[in-house]
Amino acid sequence: MTTQLQDPRVIEFDVRTDEMLVNMGPQHPSTHGVLRLLLRTDGEVVHEVTPHIGYLHRCAEKIGENLAGPQWIPYTDRMDYLAAMNMNLGAALAFEKLIGMEVPEKAMVVRLIVSELGRIASHLVAMGAYGLDLGSFSPFLYAFREREIVLDLFEEVCGARLTCSYFTIGGATHDFPKLIQIPDGLAALTGIQPGTTMSWLEVTSILMDWIEKRIEEYHILLTHNAIFIQRTAGLGVLSAEMAIDYGCTGPVLRGSGVDFDLRRDGEPIYTRMYEGYQYNVVVAPFTGMKKIPPEVQVGDNWSRFFVRMVEVLESIELVRQGIAKYPTAAGEHRIPYKMTAKLPVDEAYLETEAPRGQMGFYLVGDGQAEPLRARAKSSCFCNLSVTGPLCEGVLIADVPAIVGSLDIVMGEIDR
Amino acid sequence: MTFQEILQRLAVEFSSEVIVDANTEARDPWIEVAPAHVETVGRFLKSDPSLRFDSLCDLTGVDYFEPDAKLAGKFPYEPHLEVVYHLQSIQFKHRLTMKARLPRWKDDVEGQLPEIPTVSKVWAIADWHEREAFDLMGIRFIGHPNLVRILCVEDWVGHPLRKDYAFPLEYHGVRGR
Repeated sequence: MTTQLQDPRVIEFDVRTDEMLVNMGPQHPSTHGVLRLLLRTDGEVVHEVTPHIGYLHRCAEKIGENLAGPQWIPYTDRMDYLAAMNMNLGAALAFEKLIGMEVPEKAMVVRLIVSELGRIASHLVAMGAYGLDLGSFSPFLYAFREREIVLDLFEEVCGARLTCSYFTIGGATHDFPKLIQIPDGLAALTGIQPGTTMSWLEVTSILMDWIEKRIEEYHILLTHNAIFIQRTAGLGVLSAEMAIDYGCTGPVLRGSGVDFDLRRDGEPIYTRMYEGYQYNVVVAPFTGMKKIPPEVQVGDNWSRFFVRMVEVLESIELVRQGIAKYPTAAGEHRIPYKMTAKLPVDEAYLETEAPRGQMGFYLVGDGQAEPLRARAKSSCFCNLSVTGPLCEGVLIADVPAIVGSLDIVMGEIDR
Repeated sequence: MTFQEILQRLAVEFSSEVIVDANTEARDPWIEVAPAHVETVGRFLKSDPSLRFDSLCDLTGVDYFEPDAKLAGKFPYEPHLEVVYHLQSIQFKHRLTMKARLPRWKDDVEGQLPEIPTVSKVWAIADWHEREAFDLMGIRFIGHPNLVRILCVEDWVGHPLRKDYAFPLEYHGVRGR
């Protein structure tokens, strides 16, 4: 068949733009683990995003129904593996709420110091990985340099670096070590003689001073980088109403301008850990802060990112106050809890402020040592659910920028 | 608002046929809502200016059942299924636990999933939480826009968090146990 230019089919063929389905993931490097995003695209424009999750589902809740509380704690490590300490804290507190246990002051100070260190380590990864998502490699290396030393400190305190299982029902498994060798990484960075021994708290305090100064450098490297601002400011704007409706929590919620932090607004069993400490809840718009780019809108990628950066500074302040409180804190670092102790016929739900949002644990006891139901409500699960509406109408290249700004960890989403 | 005040506010609005039960003694005091009315009550809890439960923290199912006949005598609960809603108000910072009680199987026919209206039109996040409850606990949410499995694969059989769930012996040629 001969075709002529007047033939309408030919013209239609030449200009037709079909919608295309594109799979992003599950092994795409910028999806932070095994997340598959199904994109319906029209050229470069994304019309619809459907997240597919479950690749890392390990039946953590079913396992929890067959284990006593202290035995389940190691499984919570493997949920949000970048903030294992904070996950341990949430689970331990939920069990304590269920059995009506109150931990001594010293245990609370230990928990505060270590969980805020966990927040710092987690936010450093979030910062580095977000730079990586947007094609900037070096911040990632610097972030991991600092995080490495935090992990060294975790290793000194509990023996593990990533899956700590440090907090347990009744407090923490160990007290802080009296004398440790300064981690080689920190010695090299600060010029202190390698092999010098000092107390764990002194090392922590040196590390806090070191990280605090580095945050300024990260701002130069990333936060106020012109390319970074263009990729993030004014993009992926999440309104406060939508954030609340989609159950977004943590830095995502505060980046949308909602002043809500469980460390201040949570339940008494959790907030009493933070009583007497001075810290600010970081909320967009960042009034009174210097050098906020004019393109920034409340609820955009940049705001979510910046909340985490400032929260690192707040956590450093909290750790310092904890270090000052530790020597005078009363009681032990742990009160014993028997593995065979029966849980009451009752239920308890408790949310704590993990680095990625409000991590909830729901436990139902039936008179056995093992709970009838052990539920872990993931904050990233809720934060990820907003991806669909947030990515409508953006360019394909902006999808990783938006997903990355939500700072998800698939281990926690899939459990 | 305290739990008592919330309860009084609800008692003004709803009859005892809607708010079936309340437990003030529990560690997390809860109200029980008749399954048919969860959406109405949910909408009221969210929109009432003195309550403003705008945030759904968690929605999950609990299977109250002891599959072991020897232990069933000591089991402190009646066999049933519960859908639990944990609510929180960003503005007033108060919390509430809402429950709905369902039979383990619809009309007590094994394999027939129990049904309850969806609240995904009230809180958007309920969409995903309900998919998870359907996937793992086997609860059918009537009116849900896309009730498909979320964590397990599409062709998975059964609902793993049910107490009488039998682990499959094999899945596409992969040994299960």
